[in-house]
Amino acid sequence: MASTESAVAFQFDDLEQQQQSAELGMWVFLATEVLFFGGLFLVYAIYHFMYPDTFHEASKHTNVVLGTVNTVVLMTSGLLMALAVHAAHDGKRNQLIWMLIGTTVLGLVFLGIKGIEYYDKYHHHLLPLFGWPFEWEGHSPGAATIFFSLYVVMTGLHAIHMIIGIGILLVLLVGAYRGGLLRERSTPVHIFGLYWHFVDIVWVFLFPLLYLIG
Amino acid sequence: MSQAQPSVASLIVTYVLLLVLLVATVAVAQIELGVLAMPVALAIACTKALLIIVYFMHLKDSISLVWLTAAIGFVWLVHMIAGTFGDYLTRGWSLFS
Amino acid sequence: MSSEAVKAPRRHYLNESYSARSWLLTTDHKRIGILYLLSITFFFIIGGLAATIVRLELMTPEGDLVQAETYNKLFTLHGVAMVFLFLVPSIPAVLGNFLIPLMVGARDMAFPKLNLASWYVFSIAGLFVLYVTFAGGVDTGWTFYAPYSSTYSNTHVMATGLGVFVAGFSSIMTAINIIVTVHKMRAPGLTWHRMPLFVWSLYATSLIIILGTPVLAITILLIAAERAFQVGIFDPRLGGDPVLFQHLFWFYSHPAVYIMILPGMGVVSEIISCFSRKRPFGYTFIAYSSLAIAVFGFLVWGHHMFVSGQSVYAGLVFSLLSFSVAIPSAVKVFNWTATLYKGSISFETPMLYALGFIGLFTLGGLTGMYVATLAVDVHVHDTYFVIAHFHYIMVGGMVMAYLGGIHYWWPKMTGRMYPEGWARFSAILIFVGFNLTFFPQYILGYLGMPRRYHVYPEEFQVLNVMSSAGASILAIGYFFPLTYLLWSLKYGKEAPSNPWKATGLEWQTGSPPPAHNFHGQPVVKHEAYDYEALVPQEEPQPEREEVKVG
Repeated sequence: MASTESAVAFQFDDLEQQQQSAELGMWVFLATEVLFFGGLFLVYAIYHFMYPDTFHEASKHTNVVLGTVNTVVLMTSGLLMALAVHAAHDGKRNQLIWMLIGTTVLGLVFLGIKGIEYYDKYHHHLLPLFGWPFEWEGHSPGAATIFFSLYVVMTGLHAIHMIIGIGILLVLLVGAYRGGLLRERSTPVHIFGLYWHFVDIVWVFLFPLLYLIG
Repeated sequence: MSQAQPSVASLIVTYVLLLVLLVATVAVAQIELGVLAMPVALAIACTKALLIIVYFMHLKDSISLVWLTAAIGFVWLVHMIAGTFGDYLTRGWSLFS
Repeated sequence: MSSEAVKAPRRHYLNESYSARSWLLTTDHKRIGILYLLSITFFFIIGGLAATIVRLELMTPEGDLVQAETYNKLFTLHGVAMVFLFLVPSIPAVLGNFLIPLMVGARDMAFPKLNLASWYVFSIAGLFVLYVTFAGGVDTGWTFYAPYSSTYSNTHVMATGLGVFVAGFSSIMTAINIIVTVHKMRAPGLTWHRMPLFVWSLYATSLIIILGTPVLAITILLIAAERAFQVGIFDPRLGGDPVLFQHLFWFYSHPAVYIMILPGMGVVSEIISCFSRKRPFGYTFIAYSSLAIAVFGFLVWGHHMFVSGQSVYAGLVFSLLSFSVAIPSAVKVFNWTATLYKGSISFETPMLYALGFIGLFTLGGLTGMYVATLAVDVHVHDTYFVIAHFHYIMVGGMVMAYLGGIHYWWPKMTGRMYPEGWARFSAILIFVGFNLTFFPQYILGYLGMPRRYHVYPEEFQVLNVMSSAGASILAIGYFFPLTYLLWSLKYGKEAPSNPWKATGLEWQTGSPPPAHNFHGQPVVKHEAYDYEALVPQEEPQPEREEVKVG
């Protein structure tokens, strides 16, 4: 089942160099992601500064319960992913598979709850997309539009990252099922774990800024 | 395997701490803190992020270069936000006061 | 006649396999560098064609060659193609990919498959931008400011933005590869302070790419979201601020100019040192000045926004910081000059380009001080003065450094020498054509001719005609290397391992190198640029390679 060719690629001298290179490479990529989402946080910060009252008022219309549940879902998926990495290091195939499945399922649950939230917003005419009717009782409907635009773009971009993550999880599941990705070949699981935890961290910041300032 | 990793116990403890901090965030948001609300919320979020980074992403077992990479990304973001705020905060100032 | 005493031709990365599959599925960093060479040359020609039509239109004050909307699309294409599809990838993806593993003594980059993927991502993105051009193009200027780009323009903003967005990924992939390779794969004995300055500059470039490009990506995404989903993030009607777009845009796009110039500076350091037969003066200063440029470059973006409605206080701070960013660049210029002093100078083609770089980059950089001065910029912003400033740096500087590097490492990449006579002639022609094109633009700008207009007052015509005439000479000048470099592939003299007797690990292996770069593991025992040590020995280095062939 497992491949007989060397776990170390030809350009590397030994396993340690390969693993450290992969880890460094993923962290460098995550640095780009910090700046990528960071641009959105900058836009949020500026408009929050410009329109604090409207932002507080608008935040009251987000669903704190669903948001909190989703946060628990994501953090649990983070735990399962960390346990998956652990299992891969230790060569425990079955545990790896179950942890990957668990992470995937929780990821899908997260997206499902997000979908419910989006639909709810659409229903209440609070999604300023495609020229859909936008109903805002308070002052500054423009600023409220900006808040909900940011809400959609920020959580939407986060959701896209989750979808990509789930896609990779499926690929990893296939690899794990075939008995690969264990011990010295566990690097892909390890570095995907870094990506998944990072997406979790983005949500850790999104949640209070969008849901809890009201 | 040459690479050290966090124990299962430390992972579970981290998870529990994260849940505790989540409860704290939601609870604190119910209190009217005025101007302090944002810094407190961000402080709790930063603590959670640090826990995830150090334990789930096992930064504590990584070489210092990786610590540096993680730090630089964050520092650069703070710089971008601070520099832009430098414009918005000073727009209202008059030239000769 | 032939000096090939060996019966079978030496095997190297080029003749290993000639199949299309071996090229299109290669993970060899050297082949990927050549693939990039082909792509970016193609996009350079596209950008050049757009500029040709622009300069033809500008021969007369009236708008008689193309309509205003078409003219807008042309200068936008010129900017997008030249910045994103030529300048940004040029040295890092071509020379960087080819040389870095060789220079650090590695068998390949850290992530060879990622490297190949980056070329595909780049080429597909570029071809997509080209397709969008034929489908009608975009007229916002390469800077696609909101709210024109987000709300009012009727052209293909999103599609072009998508192309640039995807191209940005290829940039990031290359940067990740460079950073990890330099950190993790240096040969034994190759400490940071023994690395070639070219590697230092590409490392610094990669840092900028990592920290800046994602901000451009999110900016493009926001414009696309505003157009596709009609969310209103920069819409003034909702209380949005178009200046916020500019903050986001320039946070990347100013460091981007350092992404474009730093690699050129690295090339110049190598060439000046080799053709002065001297260690670069102040090696440490040159190395760290690259890092300083990378950091300082992120502190000054607001100098593009002096007249946009940004706060005056922010403008003052950005202006002051912009003066400081000139310092590390000046450090390099002084050190190069000091390297030349009492050096044993020869004027091969790469040296001609490098010397041209020093002069023209200095001129361009000095005019940068003018535009960094807030009060002056109020007068010259959005005029041809600014255009002349950045073309002096990008064309007079960067393109010349790129051509210098291509010529310098051509023997290593292809195993052939280019014809020196034609090459020197072309370098001089390019230098003359360049100055005739862009020097009049300083004057035009100072006199008040605005940029991005296809019509102008009659009194500006003489200078415009001079500029267009220069452009035609420049175009001919660029045509020559395209021809004789291709010619040399078949008819050029075969190159020895180290035709320039330069230091550096890349010259210690064959021209062209074998597939895995070195026979055995190179170990570095000397300091960098040990030219003094080379002089007494007449070591027959080319033959050393032939002896190794079985």
